Amino acid sequence: MEWITKNLPYLMAGISVGGQYALIAIGYTMVYGILRLINFAHGDIFMVAGLIMVYAVTVMPMPLAIVLVIAATVALGFFVERAAYKPLRSAPRMSVMISAIGVSYLLQNLALYITGGLSQQYPAIPWLSDTVTILGATTKRVTLVTPVLTVALVVVLVLLIKYTKIGMAMRAASRDFETSQLMGIKLNSVISMTFVIGSFLAAIGSMLYFTNYTGVTPTAGAMPGLKAFVAAVFGGIGSIPGAVIGAFIIGICENIIKGLGWTTFSDAFTFALLIVILIAKPTGLFGEKAIDKV
Amino acid sequence: MKKTTKAIWNVGLIAALLILLFLLEQVLPSSSMLFMVLKKGAIYALVAVSMNLLNGFTGLFSLGQAGFMLLGAYTYAILTIPVESRASVYQYFDGGIVQFSIPVPLALIAGGIVAAVFAFLIGLPVLRLKSDYLAIATLGFAEIIRAVFQWDKLGPLTNGSNLLRNFPTFNSVLYPFIVAGICIGLIVLLINSTYGRAFKAIRDDEIAAEAMGINLAHHKQLAFVISSFFAGVSGGLLAMYQTTIQASMFRSSMTYEILLIVVIGGIGSITGSCIGSFLFIACSEWWLRFLDNSNLYIGDFHLTFMRPGFRKVVFSIIIMAIVLFYRKGIMGDREFSIEAVQKFFRKRFKKKQTVEGGSSHE
Repeated sequence: MEWITKNLPYLMAGISVGGQYALIAIGYTMVYGILRLINFAHGDIFMVAGLIMVYAVTVMPMPLAIVLVIAATVALGFFVERAAYKPLRSAPRMSVMISAIGVSYLLQNLALYITGGLSQQYPAIPWLSDTVTILGATTKRVTLVTPVLTVALVVVLVLLIKYTKIGMAMRAASRDFETSQLMGIKLNSVISMTFVIGSFLAAIGSMLYFTNYTGVTPTAGAMPGLKAFVAAVFGGIGSIPGAVIGAFIIGICENIIKGLGWTTFSDAFTFALLIVILIAKPTGLFGEKAIDKV
Repeated sequence: MKKTTKAIWNVGLIAALLILLFLLEQVLPSSSMLFMVLKKGAIYALVAVSMNLLNGFTGLFSLGQAGFMLLGAYTYAILTIPVESRASVYQYFDGGIVQFSIPVPLALIAGGIVAAVFAFLIGLPVLRLKSDYLAIATLGFAEIIRAVFQWDKLGPLTNGSNLLRNFPTFNSVLYPFIVAGICIGLIVLLINSTYGRAFKAIRDDEIAAEAMGINLAHHKQLAFVISSFFAGVSGGLLAMYQTTIQASMFRSSMTYEILLIVVIGGIGSITGSCIGSFLFIACSEWWLRFLDNSNLYIGDFHLTFMRPGFRKVVFSIIIMAIVLFYRKGIMGDREFSIEAVQKFFRKRFKKKQTVEGGSSHE
């Protein structure tokens, strides 16, 4: 029992962080599924969502600010895809990836310019940032809300992909880009929709994530972004349930390592896990085996 | 042009460049921004060329450069801090465990070798991966290295997350130029050898290359190790330039900067990477610096949007424009050479002649 009360905070933090990573990871995995692109800018879109919140609450009430954050982040994701990835549709894959790195560089510098490089205090979202006590461990309510909200959103998303027309189009596009075009699927709108969903989830994720941390810095998105990507690879890139499970595993492991007093290695562990997974089972837990045709 | 005349031209050009640098150093004050740009530019040129060897010539998309630079920089620093100042540098770790120092050139080479050894070990499993998986695995490896070097338990060796300082540095701008020049020269020789041709074959078509009898694993490993060796050397140079180093400097954003230099210069062009590196450093550190000036007026109109950081925004917009609209970079996959310049002018000149003289047959 003592062991539980001692380690429960880490476990809860792990589940919570895992849920937040999951929301980001879905954006990576969906984009990769369709475009075969590691969207390096996704972590920075997540960071920008945090910054928008910081500035939005200074001029408007909280509910309005939440709506604005979601809308602006979705618009940003849509715009980035149209401006930076669409012109390179027929270019080699590496060009698109470099473009993504360029966008990430731009967003970080833009944030640096606007914030002046200082860490911005993230506003406390009422109810979410209230303190609660479970089994003798105190935590913010967001820790409990995150996994529930994440799972709910993922279920909705999976249903959307399984039963709606746009979902079917997405599945078709990720299976075979060219054939789906021949079947009359408007590829550009499908891709835009992917980015919209990804950014929407990143916006929600940012609200949950930054409520747990105090400040937003211009590079705040880089590390969660990379870790979410690792989660997506771990679960099998292209698979949404895989990304979610991968994210929870990474979040929990990371916090257990922190609990053991190995904080320095919590980041390193994630990447070590990535390398091991890539070598042992490159398609991840739930990924489909890709066949190279000569 | 004959091979010998070409060689004479090249040697002459390099000599002229070095003499020019030497004269500049005599004339301009040593605090001039120009020297800062030239020093850092030369170091980045070396690491950009080493990255180009992988990305541009072998087709391996690796993002581990910052990690290998870190290894080189730390090896250099640890091996060259004078014994008498070790106690003050490693103040939290009783002077550290390394109690000797070796000459600078040897330490630079040692930095390269350590990076190469790590590259060999990490390459064994990682190089089996394809394109973007390789990129993310090498990026992850660089992050692991950075975390390990900040680890307290390794403090006696790496000084934990504290600064390493007091190691020998350079004053003259000629030093990084000569070292980087020699290294880039070696890479050029490698690329023009049979190995280089094998690398290019792998880049263009792995399966065809394998069918032609090229040992894929061996050649990929070779390119990876050699590229990391030079990244390690440039890390050592960077340590000399910065005068102090810390593991937290070598973030993945450093790798991204180097990648952008390679893209700006042209993927697959050595001279492009060199030109790209000097342009990149000059723009980001010097030429655009006026944009950071918050007291700029046009007439009476105060340009309030200009404040520290604006330079970087403009700079990244320029980079995005290059990435999107000028995908081949400055040089594409061509090389800058006297021959090419001559050909270029001759072509222009000839065109003019034909226009003037009506139809002329050659």
